[in-house]
Amino acid sequence: MTSPDELAIEVKGLVKRFGDVVAVDGIDLDIRRGECVGLLGPNGAGKTTTVEILEGLQEPTSGHVRLLGLDWKRSATQLRQRIGLTLQETRLVEHLTVEETVKMFASFYPRPLPVEELIGMVQLGEKRGARVGKLSGGQRQRLALALGLAGDPDLFFLDEPTTGLDPQSRRALWDVVVALKARGRTVVLTTHYMDEAEVLCDRLVIIDKGRVMTRGTPGEIIASLGADQVIELEADPALDLERLRPLPAVVSAQRHADRLSLRVKELHVALPSVLREVELSGARLRHLSTRRSTLDDVFIGLTGRSLREGTEEKAA
Amino acid sequence: MGSLGQLVLMRLRVLWRQPEVFFWTFIFPIVTTLVLGLAFRNESLSPVRVAVTDGPGAPALLARLEGTPELEAQVLDAAEARRMLARGRVSLVLVPGDLSPEALVDPSQPEGRTARLLVSQALARAPDAPRLEAVKTTPVSEPGNRYIDFLIPGLLGMSLMSSSLWALAVPLVSMRGGKLLKRLAGTPMSRSHFFLAFLLGRTVFAVLEVAFFCAFARWLFGVPMFGSYFALLGVGLLGAMCFASLALLVSIRARNEESVGGLVNLVSMPMMFLSGVFFASENFPGWMQPLIRALPLTALNDSLRSIMLEGTSLMTLGMPMAVLAAWTVLPMVAALRWFRWV
Repeated sequence: MTSPDELAIEVKGLVKRFGDVVAVDGIDLDIRRGECVGLLGPNGAGKTTTVEILEGLQEPTSGHVRLLGLDWKRSATQLRQRIGLTLQETRLVEHLTVEETVKMFASFYPRPLPVEELIGMVQLGEKRGARVGKLSGGQRQRLALALGLAGDPDLFFLDEPTTGLDPQSRRALWDVVVALKARGRTVVLTTHYMDEAEVLCDRLVIIDKGRVMTRGTPGEIIASLGADQVIELEADPALDLERLRPLPAVVSAQRHADRLSLRVKELHVALPSVLREVELSGARLRHLSTRRSTLDDVFIGLTGRSLREGTEEKAA
Repeated sequence: MGSLGQLVLMRLRVLWRQPEVFFWTFIFPIVTTLVLGLAFRNESLSPVRVAVTDGPGAPALLARLEGTPELEAQVLDAAEARRMLARGRVSLVLVPGDLSPEALVDPSQPEGRTARLLVSQALARAPDAPRLEAVKTTPVSEPGNRYIDFLIPGLLGMSLMSSSLWALAVPLVSMRGGKLLKRLAGTPMSRSHFFLAFLLGRTVFAVLEVAFFCAFARWLFGVPMFGSYFALLGVGLLGAMCFASLALLVSIRARNEESVGGLVNLVSMPMMFLSGVFFASENFPGWMQPLIRALPLTALNDSLRSIMLEGTSLMTLGMPMAVLAAWTVLPMVAALRWFRWV
């Protein structure tokens, strides 16, 4: 058991309804100080609503939320001084410069970080005097990151910080998160990039339809599949899935268009028998590759849908 | 510098860095004044135009009318004459008759009455009767009672109203649409500092507006100032605050600039016509007067006008000041109560 004062965030039975729609359907979370926790799930899973309740921007329908041992009803101002956040997208004042914007946000906090340091942390030094309206998407997102850090927060929330970002901005954001962790700060981020979650997060919470599907370290979650490798192959004519499933070390088999993907436990056992099956059926291989299981495979295993598919549906 | 200072700077920078703000605040009123001043300039009165319908008695009638220099008469066929009357091109149509001619006038045309008087005088005149033009007439067009003098204070009031409404409602709503309000709500920023910054930023610009109006009214159009500039500034600022407070009220919920634009027009359009900007609000029927006088723009315009043109002191403007104060406090309280950050 963790003692309560080590917890940065404590959530019990969180529910949020919008009319008939249940956005969050009974979520529990315990996040320790100094941890970086990722909330994963497709769009509409309830990640943003959960985070915004934690940030004090929305009120829960029911449930219990404590941050840093404080609650929003009684200590809102104190909490706002100690947390930092970035929203999915914020349109900042276009006529201000980068430096003016950072200065303004820093003025809201009792113990802000120096403006120069904030601008340096997100590598916007050269753009200090540029109007916000002239920045690229990635630069704007980095500016938003600097604004979130302005109050030197104990607890930092990032809502899909790298969606649609260029590699440099993405890298800059990762560096900032790593630096925060090194200083013992707590970070909560939502994402649907698996690589990001695997690199940055100590623990993950996978959410779908307002509920927690699974939680643990990235390694634990991938291991929970009982299959740490994936074989992908295409053959002509197509192979029969039913004949592949009983093969040794094959955990599951799925077909996406022409491509079969097999989740397997021991690659060295599974691969020879799969190849023998191809030969027996007289088919010609058009593609064969193997890779390590990712969180996306976990998500498909849990929900039958890809995280990306969720995104695309929303976009379409 | 504290957060209030930073927020005020933010407002001033935003206003300062938008060329369109300068256009609407400073160029637009001058252009409006020039155009309206030209359209309604006081000239020596031109002759009243009348028509005589073609017929047996027409030439005789025409001859009698031509003796009066203030009438300009022409013979037209009946249909054409009526059409000209309907379009306001002639003020009276004279139809020759067996006993006496019949005059047609359009009651909506103010000139019709003058035309009737001049025509009946011309037709009734005995050769030795005193002629109207024998009374000596001196045209009087003093600064202070020209249309432009009436117009300037009203335009100042209207300009303070539109700038306050647009300069607060649009940025607030676009900040909500762009989630900036939500982002700010996630910081410990003092929300009263935030609103105060908008009001202070607006005050700075309202001072510039009043000063600018006084300057161009004086130097470009020779509009006199009979009252105190301080009183004018004080009333102008109260007016600016009043409409700033209404701007807060219209922007408590809206999420995009189109919908708040509609609300701003809904608030400002009726007052533009009712509150004596372009013409005196006394032209509306009596039962509407109490309603019109309760409107903030009427209170503002009447006060500005009487300070400028009659030298009224603030002391005697208690009633309109109370109207403005009420329109400042009540919407403000409501707006702060229901303002939506998220």
